[in-house]
Amino acid sequence: MPKRTDIETILVIGSGPIVIGQAAEFDYAGTQACLSLKEEGYRVILINSNPATIMTDTEIADKVYIEPITLEFVSRIIRKERPDALLPTMGGQTGLNMAIELDESGILKELGIEILGTKLDAIHKAEDRDLFRTLMNELGEPVPDSDIIHNLEEAHAFVERIGYPVIVRPAFTLGGTGGGMCYNDADLEEIVTSGLKYSPATQCLLEKSIAGYKEIEYEVMRDSADNAIVVCNMENVDAVGIHTGDSIVAAPSQTMTDRENQMLRNVSLKIIRALGIEGGCNVQLALDPYSFDYFIIEVNPRVSRSSALASKATGYPIAKLAAKIAVGMTLDEMMNPVTGTTYACFEPSLDYIVTKIPRWPFDKFESAKRNLGTQMKATGEVMAIGRTFEESILKAVRSLETGQFGLSLKNGSTMTDEWIEKRIRRAGDERLFFIGEAFRRGATVETIHEWSQIDAFFLRKFQKIVQFELVLKGNPFDYETLRTAKRMGFSDVTVAELWSTDERAIYDWRKEHGLIPVYKKVDTCAGEFESDTPYFYGTYEDENESIRTEKKSVIVLGSGPIRIGQGVEFDYATVHSVWAIQEAGYEAIIINNNPETVSTDFSISDKLYFEPLTIEDVMHIVDLEQPEGVIVQFGGQTAINLAAGLEARGVKILGTSLEDIDRAENRNKFESALREIGIPQPLGKTAVSVPEAVAIANEIGYPVLVRPSYVLGGRAMEIVYHEEELLYYMEHAVEASPDHPVLVDRYLTGTEIEVDGICDGENVLIPGIMEHIERAGVHSGDSIAVFPPQNLSASQMETIADYTTRLAKGLGIVGLLNIQFVISEGQVYVIEVNPRSSRTVPFLSKITSIPMANIATKAILGQSIIEQGYKNGLAPAPSGVYVKVPVFSFAKLRRVDITLGPEMKSTGEVMGKDTTLEKALYKGLVAAGMEIKEYGSVIMTVSDKDKEEMVSIAKRFTDIGYRILATGGTASVLENAGIRVRTIGKIGSEGPTLLDVIQKGEAQIVINTLTKGKQPERDGFRIRRESVENGIPCFTSLDTADAMLRVIESMTFQTEEMGKVGETI
Amino acid sequence: MMKKRMLILEDGTIFEGIAFGSDEASIGETVFTTGMTGYQETISNPSGAGQIIVMTYPLIGNYGINRDDYESIEPAASGVVVRELADEPSNFRSGMTLCELLTMKGIPGIQGIDTRKLTRLLRDKGALKGILTAAGEEVNVQETVAHVASYNLPTDLVARVSTQKPYPSPGRGERIILIDYGLKHGILRELNDRDCDVIVVPYNTSTKEILSLSPDGIVLSNGPGNPMDVEGTVEVIKELLGKAPIFGIGLGHQLFALACGARTVKLKNSHMGGNHPVKDLTTGRTELTSQCHGYAVDEQSLAGTDLEVTHKALNDGSVEGVKSTKYEAFSVQFHPEASPGPEDSKHLFDRFMDVIKTSSRKGNFNA
Repeated sequence: MPKRTDIETILVIGSGPIVIGQAAEFDYAGTQACLSLKEEGYRVILINSNPATIMTDTEIADKVYIEPITLEFVSRIIRKERPDALLPTMGGQTGLNMAIELDESGILKELGIEILGTKLDAIHKAEDRDLFRTLMNELGEPVPDSDIIHNLEEAHAFVERIGYPVIVRPAFTLGGTGGGMCYNDADLEEIVTSGLKYSPATQCLLEKSIAGYKEIEYEVMRDSADNAIVVCNMENVDAVGIHTGDSIVAAPSQTMTDRENQMLRNVSLKIIRALGIEGGCNVQLALDPYSFDYFIIEVNPRVSRSSALASKATGYPIAKLAAKIAVGMTLDEMMNPVTGTTYACFEPSLDYIVTKIPRWPFDKFESAKRNLGTQMKATGEVMAIGRTFEESILKAVRSLETGQFGLSLKNGSTMTDEWIEKRIRRAGDERLFFIGEAFRRGATVETIHEWSQIDAFFLRKFQKIVQFELVLKGNPFDYETLRTAKRMGFSDVTVAELWSTDERAIYDWRKEHGLIPVYKKVDTCAGEFESDTPYFYGTYEDENESIRTEKKSVIVLGSGPIRIGQGVEFDYATVHSVWAIQEAGYEAIIINNNPETVSTDFSISDKLYFEPLTIEDVMHIVDLEQPEGVIVQFGGQTAINLAAGLEARGVKILGTSLEDIDRAENRNKFESALREIGIPQPLGKTAVSVPEAVAIANEIGYPVLVRPSYVLGGRAMEIVYHEEELLYYMEHAVEASPDHPVLVDRYLTGTEIEVDGICDGENVLIPGIMEHIERAGVHSGDSIAVFPPQNLSASQMETIADYTTRLAKGLGIVGLLNIQFVISEGQVYVIEVNPRSSRTVPFLSKITSIPMANIATKAILGQSIIEQGYKNGLAPAPSGVYVKVPVFSFAKLRRVDITLGPEMKSTGEVMGKDTTLEKALYKGLVAAGMEIKEYGSVIMTVSDKDKEEMVSIAKRFTDIGYRILATGGTASVLENAGIRVRTIGKIGSEGPTLLDVIQKGEAQIVINTLTKGKQPERDGFRIRRESVENGIPCFTSLDTADAMLRVIESMTFQTEEMGKVGETI
Repeated sequence: MMKKRMLILEDGTIFEGIAFGSDEASIGETVFTTGMTGYQETISNPSGAGQIIVMTYPLIGNYGINRDDYESIEPAASGVVVRELADEPSNFRSGMTLCELLTMKGIPGIQGIDTRKLTRLLRDKGALKGILTAAGEEVNVQETVAHVASYNLPTDLVARVSTQKPYPSPGRGERIILIDYGLKHGILRELNDRDCDVIVVPYNTSTKEILSLSPDGIVLSNGPGNPMDVEGTVEVIKELLGKAPIFGIGLGHQLFALACGARTVKLKNSHMGGNHPVKDLTTGRTELTSQCHGYAVDEQSLAGTDLEVTHKALNDGSVEGVKSTKYEAFSVQFHPEASPGPEDSKHLFDRFMDVIKTSSRKGNFNA
């Protein structure tokens, strides 16, 4: 059926900020969808609050709104733009929930706006547990014994009937927020209580556990003519019981016969037809490993993380085609974009094995519960492609960038057998590696299967990998052994360890012996048809299909999996760099391993290599492609970390030279560079022992900022106020030694400023300066950034611009740089320079309409900033105020302290823009998911150093009608200042404590700055966690609280009594 | 110890790999299939008689071989080519390994070769004759290439795989005479599911014998090779037209079309796999089908016959199904019985049952 002509304008809803359970996959889906609709001639209006996305580029849609995805703002946009239709299935759960809200509000009906693609009743049927089960019963499809419960009593009643273990799944939540597996009453009470809170419908599904079943997924598509296909099936390596987003996944399925496969395929198609879905859909099933019994676990009536994975695993662009289906086109009239000659009504055939491994944030959150269950905890994922399962999984392992290259653990050999068994029985992020260790100790497949319930097929593959380590070890520099090893995916790093040599030696030896990989195409059809799609993976086979062209090329390294500190903003810059390279007349080649992203969409670059980002894997591609050079500055720290290794092998690093990168990153070199340039930085020194650290701190004065010099990105960084704290830190957090020096810097309290600049070697363009709401000490990624600065004098702005220019030139930057300054007592100091793209590049680019990554790339390729039509210095600021507000995923991560500090904790960000700071902040906070109430109660518990400052904040809260709740000490300080307070009990005291108040939902805001000591038992920690668990905004910085207060103040009218006669006001 | 083996193609291309299965040498037409599951069915499909089958999916044997999923009792493939053979399968029904099956049935296999390279070669050149050399044996490559190139593919494949004697597969429903040109069990399974009273007869059974069994309907089965090679059957089918509703599948479809006056042609690229979209022109819906054929009915040859096209391959437009405008008879090139592959088109058996039920011919024999 041809596309519809009765609609012109379509509104697409994005997925908002990156949170656990909803990441870059929706930028990929949304971008594809918008472009796909535009391609068909529709006018596309996009709304998304997340500036760090390609989809919010003005080229992607006809009109882009970076506004909060709330009923209030979406309705406004709808009234203004009057779209004919709405496409809600590209923005994840956020998009769907928004569409439901819009529908319920009546605006869609009022304005005659149609929902395209999957209809809302289908969405309801798939998402509402009750309706879904009714539908499954009608279809005669089995679902696990379960019950919808609305309170704890109903939960207990269910368990009495069914018995433990049971799974709790809250309705309408992202990535299973608030859900989990219960083995006993205590688990049940905890998980059900929080699950009910997180469910917007206050309902949870309690389900008989079918843990141990195989978990199988089908990605299905259907069009309005009822053509339905399976794009891909996937088998979770981890059995049922672990959220699929937290499972290691293989595609296609590995252990099902055709009969089982067709049985589940039929079921999936039956369901998509019964739901009447027009577009993409994901069906999750559980299959008994010992019979044909199966259960339907759940259905996602939209594109999802799994559909992004399936698209990258097969080459079949689900979102792009789903968008066209939504406007009435059918699968049998659309071409398969990969082959270009066959039709989209087709089921891809793979001739390789794909594996996905999630990337978890536990390296950042050491105190977090690392157990995996039904609630997703991963922030991102990597995918790898190989011709053997072993190759695929080992490539995925080294793509994770956790320092692991094989199935082994750091200090694995020193662990007890009991510990290893425990970590295999109870699934966690490192289980794969514990399994490797167990095999190394001679455990059998049967034993590990009993512990983990992982299918023997996968376990034997893991066992083979471990066993081959011994073969390798016994046959150093034997060609056949090494060839077998490489075909099994062993990295040079692992081989070098086993052969007691270095990685480079293995690499050189292989090259000498012609043992190098070839590159094969991902073509959707296993070679059956010709395909021009330049999407490749490396493997050790005979025939190479990636042919170098005559055109000069440039390689751009991507940023790998999404993790805290390295999010979608680096993918944004990578994609823009690719486009700029193409504009400059070169062939752009990208290497990346993240299946969620736009950069790994094969239609973005001239060539896509889906490969691990390691020296070895990158070098193979460089050897083949012979590019002009490699650009590392857009791929975050991932790419920067490869620069030295690449240069050592003779690769030209384009842009800022390796030496200059090092000058910015190496503490001592940086200091001397600053001295040369004449720019002040906070006093600081390097300590290699505890006494030395103490001496330095005494010399420069507390508070001091301490951090290990060998770790980047704020890990293990802390501000300490006393010697006692310093000693605690030195003993517990780091191990100071000459090899591992610790940096001790003067901590300057003051305004933090962030600047991004572009330098071509001679000219420096500064698109903008941002001021942070939170004073220095909170990681820049976790701070609210304001553009333009609200509190800087003209001369301070000039100084910052001048310093930026001098730093860029002085450090030899060619391309992008990011600088953090602190203004303390009127003086500007530089804290840090990052010689690369930064988190704020998309934010600034969108505000200023200066395409920073594009200009930087062209500067790197030799076109000066002036030639590109830009001027030196600080660009004039556009009108309006813009804020970037961080978004956290704390609800998903139990036991993580939410206190803001030098270590980054946020997973994503939103932008708020308006005419005043307050309005912009309002939008930013609302878009970040905060509920702003005009009145209510605020709990204040602050540390002694903050008490003075707290008084004025408390006063302002009471002025707008908020009630102040505080515990003893804080309360008396406030009372003494003449502020009315209700005193509540401390944790552990008699009567209602502040935890009770929080649990009962009697407070609307919590302000808590009791941060010292990171032990979970500390009261401050419990208060903060309790706030998160109960969904109450909790501020750990008085600056953020102040910002919030300003917003509320601006929302409310003043109510001041009249001045008495004779009184002056 | 792993024995080496070579796959030598008529164009001189050589693949060296590891032997598995039978140690014997074997010659045949090299074709590839893109199905990711279903190797047991594919290998045991009699349509694959005489073929060296290349599996494009690189891991084969993962779930072993079970007693249920055979499509014939005696697999007749000439060889199996895989990237990696799983020697320790994992599936609750697995009774033996693929290697054990092939060894038992005298079929050689080769693993460890670049099957994608081979697939691309076959795609570009069309099916090539090839030989799997004996395991571990040294061969004179030049001589072997010459031998392969001059080898004539057998023309008696149907005779080799068809049953020698009629046998019943009783039910209480319609009497179906199933002519076995290389019958897949899947067809029998579908008919039995519909409670048909099936009698399977050899490919060369005469019209008289068939009609003496009082069919309510006649099914022409799938089978191997070139339809032009199957002697005598076209005449029999011609005689059967109008005597009872007819349903042809695979080779049966081609023979039916020949009987109706159409021609068949060899495809440059065989259709083998489980992901071939076929448009049912009668419903407008596209279904994913299981296919396994190197020949097809030539659309141009339909002019002047009583046949009209009912199904077309979405991708290359080739004829995938026809029906007679004169008789109660239709046929499809693909495999509605799946086994392996998608089961979207199983309803064609229901369509056939409906034709029988409403047929004017029905019950005539019992009168």
